[in-house]
Amino acid sequence: MKRRARKLFFFISAVALGLLFALAYHGLPAIGLVESRYGDLVNAITVPERHITDAVTAVNFDVRGFDTLGEEFILFTSVMGVVLLMRRQKDEPGGNHEDKARGRVIPPASDAVRVTALLLVAPTIVFGLYIVAHGQVSPGGGFQGGVILSTASLLLYLCASYSQFRRAAPKRLIEAAEAFGATLYILIGAGGVLLGGLFLENVLPLGKAGTLASSGTVFFINLGVGLEVSGGLVLVLLIYLEELVEEKEQ
Amino acid sequence: MNLTVFQDLILLFVAGLGTAVVFTRDPTSQAIVISFFGLLLGVMFFIFQAPDVALSQIAVGAVALPLMILLALARVKKQEQEK
Repeated sequence: MKRRARKLFFFISAVALGLLFALAYHGLPAIGLVESRYGDLVNAITVPERHITDAVTAVNFDVRGFDTLGEEFILFTSVMGVVLLMRRQKDEPGGNHEDKARGRVIPPASDAVRVTALLLVAPTIVFGLYIVAHGQVSPGGGFQGGVILSTASLLLYLCASYSQFRRAAPKRLIEAAEAFGATLYILIGAGGVLLGGLFLENVLPLGKAGTLASSGTVFFINLGVGLEVSGGLVLVLLIYLEELVEEKEQ
Repeated sequence: MNLTVFQDLILLFVAGLGTAVVFTRDPTSQAIVISFFGLLLGVMFFIFQAPDVALSQIAVGAVALPLMILLALARVKKQEQEK
């Protein structure tokens, strides 16, 4: 009875919401035809003033670079939170052999998965680096490229073994990369102050728009962000896998 | 051809797949379905002329999020077995 009433309530609400949504969607202006003063302004200044052909990157890493710094540290703090929560406690029975004897067998990855993953590792790394480095020219940047780069380590885990994955991505190095990437953003920002300008002011030569060597500090900020994002995600992956796999390969 | 046809279509697909995510009750399968949903959202952003957002969405929604879900599920299952 209660279930029926709930279903009825859901049905009525869903229909009402659907109608309202359809009405709202119908009244929307067509995509691309909206007049936006800010959009026009951004489009007008990114190339002449910043030599950046991707307006989104210009806004994210220059016009509102300080906000993006905050966003980067949201990710940094989240990763730190995971690391803190998942740390191995002293009284926790880590890697006991009894557990292994209970027959919890994880089937090995199939040959098809291994070969596909192996073939994808190198292109993924190249693509990730490309996306990190070309944020100022085309869509992409440190955040997107960083995530793509981190998936390369997952592919490595899939095509090789956990121990090989550990060897390719030593935890200390990953931690250092993440911390350095995050620090780089602040250092570049501080560079603006040291050179007599404002925090995160674009103080480097801007270069020729549309080329890799353009956009001044934005390029280097993207490198730092790429390092931080990929390092952070690989670190989370490492921490989880450590918990799940470690005892199996002892 | 009118571009808005693609926009309407992708919105319908997103709505359909979003519902499919909700109706998939097994968490492990749900992680896979949500990965497809993430990919489709990326396509949607692309069609709506936001390639930057599309790239982030594909990377995070189709890869990072399902991966985190699977890892967390594996961790929870392991804990349950140990009890």
